[in-house]
Amino acid sequence: MRAQAQRQADSLYIYLTGELDEHSVAQARAETDALIDGAAGLSRAVFNLAGVKFMDSTGIGFLIGRYKRLKRYGMEMYLESPNAAADKILELGGLYSLMPKL
Amino acid sequence: MNEMYLKFLSRSENEVFARNVVAAFALPLSPTLSELSDVKTAVSEAVTNCIVHGYRGTEGWIELTCRTEDGVLHIEIADSGRGIADIGRALTPFYTSLPEEERSGMGFTIMQTFMSDFSVASEAGKGTTVRMSKKMGARAAEDAR
Repeated sequence: MRAQAQRQADSLYIYLTGELDEHSVAQARAETDALIDGAAGLSRAVFNLAGVKFMDSTGIGFLIGRYKRLKRYGMEMYLESPNAAADKILELGGLYSLMPKL
Repeated sequence: MNEMYLKFLSRSENEVFARNVVAAFALPLSPTLSELSDVKTAVSEAVTNCIVHGYRGTEGWIELTCRTEDGVLHIEIADSGRGIADIGRALTPFYTSLPEEERSGMGFTIMQTFMSDFSVASEAGKGTTVRMSKKMGARAAEDAR
């Protein structure tokens, strides 16, 4: 799992690629949090999930953890482009009420 | 009828191994992409539970048995770890016994939702066995129409 970022106006775009499970989540967490910490002051973060080929409930915990971190910086969180399988899990976990899908 | 049995260590790198093995085993049933991804997710949840909760910080064996019969994939995933003291509570959506670890508490809910049959048996100190099954091959059924 890799995390790469791109700034656009007041938004931080985070592109996740790979498989998100219990094995990969520690690295994903470290990389993503470094990107978030480096973008304090922006108003929102958009997680692009198009490159996430697999995700289980570990992904729900991971995204809620990042949501809490962003909240401490006063940043809003959004999700975009999950594949059908990830979308099903995110819907089931009720995540879109916290982090709307763009 | 076909059957397979696999025994592997409770290491997190084996999660991807286990879910891909089950997906490969199910291929002759002509599953749709969505059926395959449901099965992979459910297997990943069950194996993660064995590693994170069953063996929590120790290493042990996980046993995976799969059987296909009449277009249905049956999966059994068992550990010999600490077991679940209160299964009812463990099955509650969003409940996690490890809230400090960013865990969602959605593992069993996903297994129940993504598979058509699901059951869990556990004994404190002895281990936990999850059994689940799913009818595969909606695509083949549609093609035949």
